Amino acid sequence: MYEIVKTYALSEAVFEMWIRVPQVARNTQAGQFCIIHPDEAGERVPLTISGIEGDLIRVSFRAIGTTTKLLASLPAGACLRDVVGPLGMPSDIANGPETVVIIGGGVGVACTPIIAQTAKIAGNYVIGIIGARNKDLLILEDEMRSICDDLFVTTDDGSYGIKGFASGPLQTLCESGSKIDKVWIIGPGIMMKVTSGVTKPYGIKTYVSLNPVMVDGTGMCGSCRVTVDGERKFACVDGPEFDAHLVDWDDFLARQWMYCPEEKQSVEYREAHHGCRCRKVE
Amino acid sequence: MDRDATVRVADFHEVDLGFTEAEILIEAARCIQCKTPKCVNGCPVGIDIPAFIHACGVGEFREAARIIKKDNLLLAVCGRVCPQETQCQGECVLGIKDKPISIGHLERFVADRERKEGGIETPMRLPATGKRVAVVGSGPAGLSAAVELARLGHEVTVFESLHEAGGVLRYGIPAFRLPKDIVQAEIEQVRKLGVEIKTNHVVGRSVPVAELLGHDAVFLGTGAGLPYFMDLPGENLCGIYSANEFLTRVNLMGADKFPENDTPVKFGKKVVVIGGGNVAVDAARVACRMGAEVVLMYRRGEADMPARLDEVHHAKEEGIEFMCCTNPIKFIDGGNKAVAGVEAVRMELGSPGDDGRCSFAPIAGSNFILEADVVVEAIGQGPNPLLLQMLPDLVRNKNGSVMANGLGQTSVPKVYAGGDVATGAATVILAMGTAKIAARAIDKMLRGMSQI
Repeated sequence: MYEIVKTYALSEAVFEMWIRVPQVARNTQAGQFCIIHPDEAGERVPLTISGIEGDLIRVSFRAIGTTTKLLASLPAGACLRDVVGPLGMPSDIANGPETVVIIGGGVGVACTPIIAQTAKIAGNYVIGIIGARNKDLLILEDEMRSICDDLFVTTDDGSYGIKGFASGPLQTLCESGSKIDKVWIIGPGIMMKVTSGVTKPYGIKTYVSLNPVMVDGTGMCGSCRVTVDGERKFACVDGPEFDAHLVDWDDFLARQWMYCPEEKQSVEYREAHHGCRCRKVE
Repeated sequence: MDRDATVRVADFHEVDLGFTEAEILIEAARCIQCKTPKCVNGCPVGIDIPAFIHACGVGEFREAARIIKKDNLLLAVCGRVCPQETQCQGECVLGIKDKPISIGHLERFVADRERKEGGIETPMRLPATGKRVAVVGSGPAGLSAAVELARLGHEVTVFESLHEAGGVLRYGIPAFRLPKDIVQAEIEQVRKLGVEIKTNHVVGRSVPVAELLGHDAVFLGTGAGLPYFMDLPGENLCGIYSANEFLTRVNLMGADKFPENDTPVKFGKKVVVIGGGNVAVDAARVACRMGAEVVLMYRRGEADMPARLDEVHHAKEEGIEFMCCTNPIKFIDGGNKAVAGVEAVRMELGSPGDDGRCSFAPIAGSNFILEADVVVEAIGQGPNPLLLQMLPDLVRNKNGSVMANGLGQTSVPKVYAGGDVATGAATVILAMGTAKIAARAIDKMLRGMSQI
């Protein structure tokens, strides 16, 4: 069992929790993820490790599905049945001086500080771009501002920062001819697809962190297969970060939503059962 | 005795109910107690079969269990999933003129009886050697190596990446062939022997390789966990699974009880399973129990199927259609990025290949489309690359498996391997056999070390 040490909401939609998992905290590098299996009846869900502090790891999530709603409802002191990690390959962060741009959209912003910080410590010039639909949904601005050399903030509706998508400032940076060595984009699938389109004409190495459906997270099931440069890759062991310009986005987006009907059914089932997770024992 | 097919397809309870005590006594009495028993030669772990049958014959079932446990602690598992017909029972001389002794059923009865009575006896351990051995993977190979090493007095830690121990016994073999409480009970015995099993520990990730190699010896039993795909057009459509994924969702995560359990799986109305091995038959029978019409598609003839005859027979009883000499060439998109059918081609017998098996060639113009909303590919597995990429000095065979000599020794000092990771995908009992040999070799090495 793994103890939830701290848990809080970052916005009305995004939650964060710190979990005590020494063997994961000790070995995690930026870009890796863990799998949480909250209880016997629960699903194994992959979540990016968004921070490390001593024996603790931080995960951030939107409470939209059965498992994430359950996680959001758990108080500090509660225990999770299983946490396994770190899984996947670390971010390809080189020792500087390079100029890197780290972009987060929506809940994806939660995963940017750990990469930004690692890049910064490695001696790189770090530009951050974080975006949200509106001011209330924007998260972790202070944390990113404390790490990045430059930070741009965007909101879709213009209620804060620059009006528009995170791709806007990236476009401006590219057009201005500034030297950019690497770009990381973390956010919803469609946002990563569109935003990575900006750097393509400039030939800038761009990474996206893919979050397809997974079961074991160790290369055993093939659920998370994605097509990258025409080859089958498993996001859990070959990724989760891939060269955005080589990802087959149509394939990825379709597979990501494979269980939409089941997800809906599951949420309805839980609501109808008052969130009760007791099961009939056979 | 098997439960009626029409009843059993509605649940995941065990198909074969086993023998009654009266039947066991009769069966054991048939054994002629050969002076040079061939059945033992047929057993990869070398159980003293005549001795345990003799104990059964006189109703000494606990003694029978004791005899088996000298060589195999997973007796309830092996009594159920071993391919006895090609091993111990295949060698039984009674089989020449009549039916061989049902050794598997005897083994299973002995195990079940002891478990039901309670007070399962844990084998003795030799005095502690103070040597620490790491075992990677808690499937049949890992557990067998761990048991053997623990009995020989070593301190054993098993690292398992999943949240439950058992490997393929847990995620691969369905409950109707191997009930999960039985797996659980036998793993409990392994723990009672003093073996520490650490679940949620991924060697190469949460357990750094340096920490692994810090043990006095290492046994790799990581199995054949990497699913192969056919590389056909449309393979990434929604609804197309590797057998590993399909079976893991159901066997480990309980997706057959979705939404009571949170993990979903596409149940499918028309399911096509591709492959002819035990895994394919397991997947087909799982799909059948979730209410689908199931077709098992195999590229060679039915006689060439590597699956156990018993399982094929059971599958047919349960209404699974076997479509042999048929090979898929493409998956059809229903227009929503979800699979709607399999385009396949009929195959005909060609000339024998290098392996002596006849190759099959497609018949031109025989293409047809089979409707399917779920497809499961069960065409084989390779060794899981996760750990192997962390041990670059480990020499591999052409097929990717770890190269190990007859004693399980690999190219890396102190590191041994057994089971599917070394042999390529095979059976539970073969994995256990190679693991046991490796464990004894490790013991010798460690004792040699102590004398220095």
